[in-house]
Amino acid sequence: MSVLEVQNLQKRFGTLEVLKNIGFSLDKGETAAIIGSSGSGKTTLLRCLNFLEKPDGGRILVDGGVIFDAADPKTQKESEIRKKRLHFGLVFQSFNLFPQYTVLKNVRLASELLARERPDYRKDRKAILDGLGAEARRTLESVGLSDKLDCYPHQLSGGQQQRVAIARALALAPDVLCFDEPTSALDPELTGEVLKVIRELAERRTTMVIVTHEMDFARAVADKVVFMDGGVIVEQGTPEAVLVNPREARTRRFLTRYSGA
Amino acid sequence: MSLSLVSARLFESFMLNGEIFFITLLLGLPLGLVVSFGSMSRFRPLSWLTKTFVWIVRGSPLMLQIIIVFYGPGLIWGIKGVGRVDATLVAFVINYACYFSEIFRGGIEGIPAGQKEAGQVLGMTRTQVFFKVTFLQLVKRIVPPSGNEIMTLVKDTALANIIANKEIIMMAQEYGSKGYIWPLFYTLVFFLAACGLLTLLLGRVEKKLSYFR
Repeated sequence: MSVLEVQNLQKRFGTLEVLKNIGFSLDKGETAAIIGSSGSGKTTLLRCLNFLEKPDGGRILVDGGVIFDAADPKTQKESEIRKKRLHFGLVFQSFNLFPQYTVLKNVRLASELLARERPDYRKDRKAILDGLGAEARRTLESVGLSDKLDCYPHQLSGGQQQRVAIARALALAPDVLCFDEPTSALDPELTGEVLKVIRELAERRTTMVIVTHEMDFARAVADKVVFMDGGVIVEQGTPEAVLVNPREARTRRFLTRYSGA
Repeated sequence: MSLSLVSARLFESFMLNGEIFFITLLLGLPLGLVVSFGSMSRFRPLSWLTKTFVWIVRGSPLMLQIIIVFYGPGLIWGIKGVGRVDATLVAFVINYACYFSEIFRGGIEGIPAGQKEAGQVLGMTRTQVFFKVTFLQLVKRIVPPSGNEIMTLVKDTALANIIANKEIIMMAQEYGSKGYIWPLFYTLVFFLAACGLLTLLLGRVEKKLSYFR
């Protein structure tokens, strides 16, 4: 069954239609790469999934359950949206780590705050926090940053910061982990370490949606490639189908421009 | 005219300057935060009203504001017996709250939207985002400009003498009327000492917050 299903998603900014009837689905453990030129709506789509933008139309389903329906105000309550966000994780292009906290604290902060809502928090506070700390350390180890736990973000390279950001998103164990051009803000020599971490996540069957300009990476890692242009999904399918043998002229034009550049 | 006697009398009257200083900070800073929320409100009439108020307060002399707060209630509503110190404090708190509010607004708006969004996507409530993500970054941003404002406040306290509050300049002028001008110059030492102390203190705070960027 699909872990994520997006149906007829629409988003307007004023009179500008940024997303027009976007629909796609993703199975558990699958990785989808969303490609397309800037302004095609890729980032807006991710922001809608994470409730940073409110779609004007359409539905979002997770594990078959409707978590957002533009036609049903009951699914849009502020208090519930906060919890629904936890289905998704988001890794930003510009990392957005919290500068005043250490690497370890960046990763454990959100889970500590969420733990306060547990009924047994007051009784088992110490055990719960110790557990979260250990888990945060493990997550950071999995992205290769065990030796940076007590560093502050500004002491790290861009690649390291982005790996912390990935660990921070993973710490809440989201159903779907989203990446918004995770390597676009990095110097070319630093993209490799971040892509490697994402590749390892794909191998461990983490469900992911990755907006990217790295075509080779998309081809190597994604189970599904979605090409967007002008707010619509022009073509979607396996990496071979979309990147090697595209049916649509628009996809072909985009790909030639990319390999030419 | 012994130096020690004059020193003692001036120091005593400088306590009033100190009182105005501390109470203005104590009440003006939180009030400034409230005012800044008002001017950033998405409810248009509120932000318009707040901004107009800030414009009027920042656009008129503090000296005049003290006079208005002291004499206004009596002239307009016939209210008698407004205390001189109370009137001064009210004028100072309102005046400085407006200046602080603009510093806060600049600080809050200067924090990248991505910080708030990062907190939101991690399931934080609005309150958690403000206190756990934004707050310390805001403090770091506002310390230098607030420091400027705080320095100005030290010296502005002398304006209290416009309604015959016996602050340090007023006291020194009394000596002046008796033919001694040097106590007036001597008050400089008090202001410089207070500002010097604050410079050290603010430098400490900035250094404390320099562990992150």
